[in-house]
Amino acid sequence: MDVLKKIRAAKRMDRGMTVVFYVVAGAAIALLCAFALTVIIRGFIGFTPELLAFNKDGIGNQLFNTVYLVFLSLLISGPLGIAAGIYMAEYARNGPVTRFLRICIETLSSLPSIVVGLFGYLVFIVLVGGRWSLMAGALAVSILNLPLIATTTEDAFRSLPAGYKRGSLGLGATHWQTIFRVMLPACLPRIITGLILAAGRAFGESAALLYTASTSTDINWRSWNLASPTCPLNPFRPGETLSLHIWAARTESLSSNAEQVANFSSAVLLILVFGFSIGARFLSRRLDKKMGGHSA
Amino acid sequence: MEKKHLFWKEHFWRILITACGLFMILLTLGIGAFLAYKGLGTFTTYGHSVWEFFFSSDWDPADNTEGGGTVGAAVYLVGSLSTCFLGLLLALPFSLAAAIFLSEIAPPWSEKFFRPAVELFVGIPSIIYGWMGLTILVPVIRDLFGLDHGFSVLAAGIVLAVMIFPTITTVAADALRAVPKDYRRAAYGLGATRWQVIWQVVLPAARPGVFTGIILGLCRAFGEAMAVAMVIGRARQFPDSILSPTTSLTTAIASDMGGAMDGGEYSTALWTMALVLFGLSLLFILLIHLVSRKGGKSHGRA
Repeated sequence: MDVLKKIRAAKRMDRGMTVVFYVVAGAAIALLCAFALTVIIRGFIGFTPELLAFNKDGIGNQLFNTVYLVFLSLLISGPLGIAAGIYMAEYARNGPVTRFLRICIETLSSLPSIVVGLFGYLVFIVLVGGRWSLMAGALAVSILNLPLIATTTEDAFRSLPAGYKRGSLGLGATHWQTIFRVMLPACLPRIITGLILAAGRAFGESAALLYTASTSTDINWRSWNLASPTCPLNPFRPGETLSLHIWAARTESLSSNAEQVANFSSAVLLILVFGFSIGARFLSRRLDKKMGGHSA
Repeated sequence: MEKKHLFWKEHFWRILITACGLFMILLTLGIGAFLAYKGLGTFTTYGHSVWEFFFSSDWDPADNTEGGGTVGAAVYLVGSLSTCFLGLLLALPFSLAAAIFLSEIAPPWSEKFFRPAVELFVGIPSIIYGWMGLTILVPVIRDLFGLDHGFSVLAAGIVLAVMIFPTITTVAADALRAVPKDYRRAAYGLGATRWQVIWQVVLPAARPGVFTGIILGLCRAFGEAMAVAMVIGRARQFPDSILSPTTSLTTAIASDMGGAMDGGEYSTALWTMALVLFGLSLLFILLIHLVSRKGGKSHGRA
């Protein structure tokens, strides 16, 4: 009856471990949810409309800088990343160069953002002889975004049914015409999802901006001369983003409501990031359903 | 005429796209080259030995171009290593349990909720973790252990653990899911319980993927600057316990680079730290390649 005992022990072990997994996984997810809720609740306790104001006491300027900087960076990393992704999916041959390119992209995506920030500071500010600017920050963030956009584009091209390409090539189109007129439009939904995800990540970037976009901001909302250093749309003015504002609140808490401003900034940032990644997920699910219907 | 047409229809664009692809190589090499150019100055221009940088704790670089200070960065290295491994130690059991739960145990409805939720947390900005650590965790640690202030290795470790938990979990869960169904069926067919299948079949088969997740998590923890800088206390001393404050490589770069004179010994030493970080992420990536290649071979699926 030794065998029976063994089986019973194994079953008991199995049941015990199942309970352990339920508890640990439940605790982990509860912790994460509690974390997110705390950030949001603390941010909105004592909320006053002044917190959104476009001046020193509010975070309106920082919010605008954040969105503008992400927009600028997508303008740069979008085309470049998509082109690099197309290259890897369509033109690259299997060989040492392509293998090396893959390692490069992976290294790029795992680089500490503070290192990218330093590189950006050296190249976009010191070498150019400029000063802290939104543009330099956008370029640094672009370096961080490029690998993500490139790999999403490559995946999108690779997962396209082979019929798209064969049909177009069979009609006499060149490889590029096939890519541009047939494959790219079909991949666009997934690429856009990738861009949204990249934007979501760029919103929260702070270390890469510390030495590129700087922690000061001075916007005059009446100045619409693009060359003026206080014009909101001038990309060559310094611009503090939301995440840097939180960083500054810790070290240079000059104003009395610094802590509350930082709490509120965190909440807004969290909502922005969550909003973008939930939006991307929703979009990709809808589009997958739609595309799935076609190919069936 | 015909030839020119084909040029615009194909060759021009092909060259352009190829250039964009190769630009990524150029960019990576460029970053490496610039970091090496600035960072190696500690050893060439200022004549310090590599041994001194890595193993001496005598840190007093001169903030000018004459040099003559000392650049022992051992404290920063030890600070980075200790916080990262503490973070990994804290996150790993939870991550593995959550990953196993996700891929093997979770009923479909909860998996549908659990998986997106975890993935959502991968994208939370690290500055928010830092701010929460500073305003909630640090005071709690202070009161709990009766310290003067709560800035400590423990605080940094907990912040990093929360930060890398979603990363490790998603990668490990994907690896577990990629284990062929036949492995499980065969084990169940032999009468194994679910726990036996997980522990003796699925986990060993998914080991390379789980390692990849761990390395990616470590990589993220190593490179994190702002969140760590906010809770670590920035005290230049070896930590005697997990409750004492210390500092780290990224913390030093984030807080001191702004004040250091460009090209001076101080800033050059900071660039050397950045070079070390770059080298580490390259090392981590090569490690992942090595692990996954080995794993692919031993899998030997039909």
